[in-house]
Amino acid sequence: MFRKKHYVAFGLVTLAAVLVLNLPAPAASRLKTGISAMFLPLFGLAGNIQQLPGKVIDDLTPRGQLVNEIDTLRQQNQELLVRQQQADALLEENNQLRDQLGWQRQQKWKLKLANVVLRDPANWWKTVQIDAGTRDGVHEGCPVLTSAGLVGKVSSAGLVRSQVVLLGDPNCRVSALVEDPQRDVGILSASGPLDNSLAELTYLSGTANLKSGQLVVSSGMGGVFPGGIPIGQVMDAWPVDFGLYTQARVKLSANLGALNQVWVVLQ
Amino acid sequence: MNIFKSIMILAAAFLVVFIEAAVSLPHRWLGAQIDVLPVLMVYAALNTDIVTVSLLAVLGGVWFDSLSANPLGISILPLFAVGFPMWWLRDLLLRELSFAQLVLGAGASAAVPVLAVLLLLTGGYEPLLGWGSLWQWIVMTAGGALATPIIFSLFDWFNHALGYQPVKESSFRPDREILRDKKSK
Repeated sequence: MFRKKHYVAFGLVTLAAVLVLNLPAPAASRLKTGISAMFLPLFGLAGNIQQLPGKVIDDLTPRGQLVNEIDTLRQQNQELLVRQQQADALLEENNQLRDQLGWQRQQKWKLKLANVVLRDPANWWKTVQIDAGTRDGVHEGCPVLTSAGLVGKVSSAGLVRSQVVLLGDPNCRVSALVEDPQRDVGILSASGPLDNSLAELTYLSGTANLKSGQLVVSSGMGGVFPGGIPIGQVMDAWPVDFGLYTQARVKLSANLGALNQVWVVLQ
Repeated sequence: MNIFKSIMILAAAFLVVFIEAAVSLPHRWLGAQIDVLPVLMVYAALNTDIVTVSLLAVLGGVWFDSLSANPLGISILPLFAVGFPMWWLRDLLLRELSFAQLVLGAGASAAVPVLAVLLLLTGGYEPLLGWGSLWQWIVMTAGGALATPIIFSLFDWFNHALGYQPVKESSFRPDREILRDKKSK
């Protein structure tokens, strides 16, 4: 038979689980951030361990190769500066035209570089943690991208760390536009749990004529993601529900399986 | 209650949760992350008391959820649901044989994610599920099974090397000492 101690343990664990699960969302979020802060001392350690192979490779790289690399980067930097001047001029011109039409001015993105420090230990979510938080201006809903394309959005922000929900997770849906003559718009939604490089584009028009290789970018609708951010390329498409709408598989531009650094758009 | 053993298990749970989140190699190579918390629960249930089992369920679950997109507290009940029956039946379960440990580890590693996903679905959440989840479940079960004998040996070694070992009583008893001298002869 049960003895009293076991009754108490059983009751206390069940009560603790029920209490924590029924906390109001803001309190649960704060508690979660507080508990995850217990791991802060280990973050530094993990960061150093991750940087160790890079440092060893740097030490072993010949000086001549490094000098060549610096020269190449200088040239690229000059080229990019010229392009930025061009882009600034175009933005200014665009804003003047928008003013004449009475449209809202386009704002330049404010970007924050962040390191990916942790991956979700549960297999049924696609999220990562980054080392930037509210202290750096990051807040819930900020789009996250790499130079290759869109990655996801910030789902919760702590003081020094934030959680990013990646494309392909059920909690990250993006309004996406296919760059075909019809400019079909659909919703990028969850993909399978194994392949990080694919996502499904649903609710496209039934008359959409998609071809493999067509570019998919964010549409700008929905208010979370700015328009024009590359998402990926159409792999294949098929009609769904007797041709009522079309569904497509999209090969994502950003490599979500090997994210090291990401840009957070602070807007 | 062996406090050293309990502290060791809780510290291991803390480290294991962090390592699962920090090291993504199993996820890249096998498509799934192996969860070692159920394995620790098996060890705790067979070698410690109900307080340690309860603490491991609560703290391990909360630590895991804090680094995951899981709602906080969802992992407590699956861990306890595995640990409590094992602790209850600990006198009937084999624990010395590696094969028995392997089977117990496989059972626990298979049950915990299924219970967690069921709880998530019951709570109205939408976890990422598909045919690939079956492969992930097999990897988690096999990984947990293989990790169990290793964890058992590791903990036994640590406990032997660092834990308090009671001094064995000597067979010498002063009141039974036979005194011999020249007079007695």
